[in-house]
Amino acid sequence: MRDAFLGMLTELAPQYPEVLLLSGDLGFAVLNEFIARFSRQFLNVGVAEQNMSGLAAGLAMEGHTVFTYSIGNFPTLRCLEQIRNDICYHSANVKIVCVGGGMSYGAVGFSHHATEDLAILRSLPGMMVLSPCDLWEAAEATRYLLSHRGPAYLRLDKSTAPVTMRHGETFRPGIIRTVREGSNVTLAATGGILGEALLAADALAMRGIFCRVLSVHTIKPLDVDTLATAASETGGIISIEEHAVDGGLGGAIAESLMEGGVSPGFFVRMGLRNTFSSVIGSQQYLRTVYSLDAASIMQTVSSKLGVAAEIVS
Amino acid sequence: MSIDSKQFARQIRRHALQMTSLGGGAHIGAIFSCADILAVLYGGVLNVDPAEPESPIRDRFILSKGHAGGGLYAALAECGFFPVQKLLTHYQDGSDLSGHVSHKLTGVDVSTGALGHGLSIAAGMAYAGKLKSSSHRVFCLLSDGECDEGSTWEAGLFAAHHGLSNLVAIVDYNRIQGIAPISDVIELEPFADKWTSFRWAVQEVDGHDHAALQRVLGSVPFVAGKPSCLIAHTTKGKGVSFMENSVLWHYRIPRGAEYDAALVELEGQS
Repeated sequence: MRDAFLGMLTELAPQYPEVLLLSGDLGFAVLNEFIARFSRQFLNVGVAEQNMSGLAAGLAMEGHTVFTYSIGNFPTLRCLEQIRNDICYHSANVKIVCVGGGMSYGAVGFSHHATEDLAILRSLPGMMVLSPCDLWEAAEATRYLLSHRGPAYLRLDKSTAPVTMRHGETFRPGIIRTVREGSNVTLAATGGILGEALLAADALAMRGIFCRVLSVHTIKPLDVDTLATAASETGGIISIEEHAVDGGLGGAIAESLMEGGVSPGFFVRMGLRNTFSSVIGSQQYLRTVYSLDAASIMQTVSSKLGVAAEIVS
Repeated sequence: MSIDSKQFARQIRRHALQMTSLGGGAHIGAIFSCADILAVLYGGVLNVDPAEPESPIRDRFILSKGHAGGGLYAALAECGFFPVQKLLTHYQDGSDLSGHVSHKLTGVDVSTGALGHGLSIAAGMAYAGKLKSSSHRVFCLLSDGECDEGSTWEAGLFAAHHGLSNLVAIVDYNRIQGIAPISDVIELEPFADKWTSFRWAVQEVDGHDHAALQRVLGSVPFVAGKPSCLIAHTTKGKGVSFMENSVLWHYRIPRGAEYDAALVELEGQS
């Protein structure tokens, strides 16, 4: 997704001369093309994320569209107060880009896993939160952000779902994409882990269980209408995210449906439950350990639908 | 603008005294400490115009020590950015004048209040100014206490590396921070050496000497190609004898006999 982001940014940078890309000294080699072609639009600010965020606010106040770029929690949690006070309170035109959403950095360890970012960032007034599931969504979200005004957060996963775009489809920020039709259960996922939901849905379909799979690429503002429809048209909703269950996608869905007076038949939040991702291993291995892989999704579906476990094993 | 900056400073202190007393909040000691700096800046150093508060070529000013917001509000009102009567709404329900400075007010570019934010924003504005070859300057007034914040030094490194000669940091060096003297908390000395070692051009000044402030602030950048740091040696609570050099008057609200006594002292100054 990182390359999809940088590819789109590099392609469109000439059309947006006011765009600046700030890196917190990360992006070795992958930023080279952008830097070579648009040196005036690039700034490596060093390992100083608080300064990067404050700088971004100041640059935005002078008319720039600023992308701050780093990995994991560095562009978000490390400098949260600068994001809140300097960027959001001033409605500054800053796009915060995290490379390595969720457990993307796998065996690097928990320090590099962004597993509370969605909850924290979406609580900030005026902050848009985007979490694409595949390369197309990542590129289109980037295209959108170039002309979007105000603060936004773009969470880029190292993993990616297979391309889900349908022929002629256009990306609509804030509108959930239904990537599989089905009425037995809704799998609402955000980020690359949507690929696990698709694997589970395909396997379940072979057994006569049809999942509606939703790509919630925009966590804020949340497309409540599509979720409410899913709640009424399918047996229940399972949210899936490589993130803490507290306050992330699952939390956002629960809040909005409850407030809207909508009760799904059942509701399950799949994510990290009050735990750090402290086990060492690849992103895929960690999904298995923390019960977020396709098999775990199938188990959850079968258990909620009261289907015998053996049909999904 | 050509005005008597000493008279201007006295007006800032009088307004601030009244505002903090009526509002029951703010940081009077920290305002008095930088009132002369604000008076000299808004009395002629800064290229700002209340008739064109958003002018792209105006000098930018960021009060990074946002807790002295009352002082900036008073300076702006006296300059005509908004009616002086509005000052009396400071700290009141529904007011635009929060204790820590707010950009909702005409003439204020940036809201601050959390320490260690201002210099980064100022550096961003200065870098943007360089990119478009604009002649405007960016002035940022910091407290000494906020030089405890690592983010201040992150911004310091950046500004020097990029040679932001259009950036001026003024440190209100009154040597008393929130609840204790700097010497008891985190000593900053050798302070000028720190900024110099960060490759800023540094000057020191008596932060209450208007002629000296005008001279030194009129000669920025101090060195071509470098950001300028002015260490202004000041007295916390300056202007009211019983507030001077007192930790107590960082937060204390002037009321009753103390208010009256303070007003008398301020009135007596020329």
